[in-house]
Amino acid sequence: MLTILVLVPFAGALITAVMPARPKLWAFGFAIATLIAGIVTMFTAPDTDLVWMEPLGVHWALEMDGFGKLMVMLTVVLVPLVMVAAVKDHDKRWYAWALALEAFALLTFLAADLFVFYIAFEATLIPAYFMIGQHGGPNRARAALKFLMFQLGGGLVLLGALIGFFVVSSEAGSPSYLISDLAQLDIGTTAQRWIFVAMFIAFAVKAPLFPVHTWLADTTEQATTPTSVLLVCVLDKIGTFGMIRLCLGLVPEASAWATPVVVVLALISIVYGAVLAIGQDDLLRLIGLTSLSHFGLITLGIFAATREGLVGAMLYMVNHGVATAAMFLIAGFLIARKGTASISSMRGMEKATPVLAGTFLIAGLATAGLPGLSQFVSEILVLISAFDYHWLVGVIAVSAIVLAAIYVLWAYQRIFTGPAQLSRPVSDLDRREVGVVAPLLVALLFFGFVPGPLISAASPVVEPLVNVIQAGE
Amino acid sequence: MFESPGISYATLWPVLLVLAVACAGVVVEAFAPRAARFNTQVSLALAGLVAALAGTVAVGAGSSLGISTGEGALVVDGPGVFSQGLVLLVSLGGVALFAERRLDNGVSAFAGQAAALPGTPAERAASQRGLEHTEVYPLMMFAVGGMMLFCISGDLLMLFVALEVLSLPLYLLTGLARRRRLLSQEAALKYFLLGAFSSGIFLYGLALVYGFAGSMSLADIGDVAAEGGSSPLLLLLGIGLMAVGLLFKTGAVPFHSWTPDVYQGAPTPVTAWMSAATKIAAFAAMLRLFYVAFGAEGDIWRPAIGVIAVLTMLLGASFAVVQTDVKRMLGYSAVAHTGFLLTGLLGVQTDAFGSTQAVLFYLTAYGFATLGAFAIVSLVRGPNGEVGSLDRWAGLGRTNPWVAATFAVFLLSMAGLPLTAGFIGKWGVFAAALGAGQWPVVVVAIGSSIIAVFFYVRVMMLMFFTDPREDAAAVVTPSYATIVVIALSAVATVLLGVIPGPVLSLLVDAGGFIG
Repeated sequence: MLTILVLVPFAGALITAVMPARPKLWAFGFAIATLIAGIVTMFTAPDTDLVWMEPLGVHWALEMDGFGKLMVMLTVVLVPLVMVAAVKDHDKRWYAWALALEAFALLTFLAADLFVFYIAFEATLIPAYFMIGQHGGPNRARAALKFLMFQLGGGLVLLGALIGFFVVSSEAGSPSYLISDLAQLDIGTTAQRWIFVAMFIAFAVKAPLFPVHTWLADTTEQATTPTSVLLVCVLDKIGTFGMIRLCLGLVPEASAWATPVVVVLALISIVYGAVLAIGQDDLLRLIGLTSLSHFGLITLGIFAATREGLVGAMLYMVNHGVATAAMFLIAGFLIARKGTASISSMRGMEKATPVLAGTFLIAGLATAGLPGLSQFVSEILVLISAFDYHWLVGVIAVSAIVLAAIYVLWAYQRIFTGPAQLSRPVSDLDRREVGVVAPLLVALLFFGFVPGPLISAASPVVEPLVNVIQAGE
Repeated sequence: MFESPGISYATLWPVLLVLAVACAGVVVEAFAPRAARFNTQVSLALAGLVAALAGTVAVGAGSSLGISTGEGALVVDGPGVFSQGLVLLVSLGGVALFAERRLDNGVSAFAGQAAALPGTPAERAASQRGLEHTEVYPLMMFAVGGMMLFCISGDLLMLFVALEVLSLPLYLLTGLARRRRLLSQEAALKYFLLGAFSSGIFLYGLALVYGFAGSMSLADIGDVAAEGGSSPLLLLLGIGLMAVGLLFKTGAVPFHSWTPDVYQGAPTPVTAWMSAATKIAAFAAMLRLFYVAFGAEGDIWRPAIGVIAVLTMLLGASFAVVQTDVKRMLGYSAVAHTGFLLTGLLGVQTDAFGSTQAVLFYLTAYGFATLGAFAIVSLVRGPNGEVGSLDRWAGLGRTNPWVAATFAVFLLSMAGLPLTAGFIGKWGVFAAALGAGQWPVVVVAIGSSIIAVFFYVRVMMLMFFTDPREDAAAVVTPSYATIVVIALSAVATVLLGVIPGPVLSLLVDAGGFIG
């Protein structure tokens, strides 16, 4: 049953690629079908477990726990929305790749077998590579190459961990890649640490964290905004998803061992990302770098490894996905009107485009963690866990909120306020664009006031993790 | 009293058939009229290979597997028969590529008359008369026969004979290109000289090993080595010198320098077939030699092979990055792949998924990818024949999306991306080495893979995201033979990546090499 959730978008990608007439409509149809399949499977799907490659101990095993549900929902909701946003300046190849990306991303979130996870993890890169390379700015080919090199490099390091698990697992008896079997393994301290380092490097590239973040801003600058949404809001989540599922889940002792270093990297990412964002003139680079800061916070929440931290991190992943998607898409609409992404060449836009300005402000404030908008809840939870870990860590992490307020409000001020400087008339958001942004903003508001459903989905997953970690300590 | 050795013809007839077809090909060349030769030779070769493949499958499925015959000169065991089948499969593809005559205005990729000096009237006359060398088919069949013997050689002498039988035709075939003949002849000469030297070194090592063990049989050598023997120094020198011969054939650093030249100079169909088939046969022989005869000396050769593997991977991948010619780039990438295969050799034979299985699967994956990739190289042409320069490949993804996409599949498989056969192959050899505690080599292997990814991905970037130049290469539509080879290779590459289970199980059931 869960297999269908993966197969629908995958089949959609193939059909879209060969469909001669109205391929975009077909693609959108498949995205909606995936959305429906996602909702249905959330309530009714039994786990899948079939033997795939017997000598390697690989199973086609899928399951959807609460955490998986959050990520699946984020993915299946965002894809149709970006498809509507992308309709004007993307051709059918992009739509086919987007569906392929969705299929593989869903597979990573559902995988109950490490090998399957790895295959999907790597397979997402090919659609992403073509989406960046085929649409976007003048230097997109280079950006795509840089993106792919970083990601494949991380992926190959992860391959080392994958093989390490196989060796340990065959020594313990018959090899198995089921995550539940791997969690039972008794891995020696040294092996565990090596495996952790390999996995963490891969996920840090993906997420991204300092110092392997340099592909991020180049990619978001050159890619179109719908592509960036899928990359930053869906694909990058696989990094932090992997940290929780695989680093904490499979090698908790090594995770505890590495936490001080990870926390420092996370803090650097938080502050450095935000400071860089403040200094950007290119709106798309700015949004990309804010994500660096946010991923730092998510990682901090994960490795603080308290109940609050983990629940906060999971919520943060969803909320950041929604808020940043809104930011990117609104920025895309803005850039389509102005023909440039340079902040300094925009001014006074709020008089001509009040709706655009208003939605930008809401999405921006959500990013900055304004109470009442959903990201606030997750940010508070993560910060509590940071203070629990060490008061100094907490103090530094809190600076993220101040810095976020600066980059959002200062960007808003430079773009939208001041005397209008319009060479040609600029229209406000049309109905299609409002239709794309509105669901995201509603979600931000709704989950800002009613975070309960998200928390109750995340909590059951967090409980056993925290128990394992505390037992390890 | 001399008794003639018993020979199990029931298991050896596929090899004998291939060699018989080669001899028949020579006869055809002497007696058949010129007009009939091409069709006769191609159908003879194809029929022979198909029958031999069917025979090999029957032997593999039959109960007589795991015997040694001819006084131990030949050992018909699971891995040996598997690699024979693999050699036959890629050779079938090779014949199809050899027979391609649509690409270059109705003539094959081979010189009209090899004896005519380049640039002379004799050469022009030969090409005006539309001459072509149909001797390439018997030559190839001899090489295939040699490779099949190499895969199952159970003693030193047979190993050497098979090595020579497979090598000599290759030297000749390399020098027979129709276009850029000087380059081709230079490559052939280089290949021949270096090959002759390495054969000599191999023979020397063989003699030393015989001196140590007093027996030619690999199994006996293994037994004597396990007991200690009288003069271990002889054995050590022998292992080293024999390894040089085999490492030369597989193109390992520091014996790799012929690889890029030969890959570039040889006619592309020859490169396509040779790069796959030679590697399969050489690694099958190497696995057998090291595991059966020198298995007891693992502590001595493993570190040495480990160092060579590290150098081979790093140098192959780094040099491939700076190449501007697609055939040279694939040549250096072949060197890097040799390094990955050597990494797999560092492991141990086990009942489950061990070194033997990993290396053989890697060879399967690599064989199909390289066959298909070079087949595509032969399609991309300009006014003066094939276009090797990568710059002129720019924009191929826009003008010929299907060809470019298929090429990308082969590149991705070589890069080891999931859902292609190359990934399972890479996973296997790394797992085999890591399982044997060779983690430093695996770390280097992962680093080299990252370097290797760069040049594969760069070609994809050129094809898909760069605008075509004015003198961009165009794709010439080939005959069905080439299309079928490319399509089947691509299908195999993807299928083995998505459902490798059956082949993996086959390999596990085939077991290890026996003495």
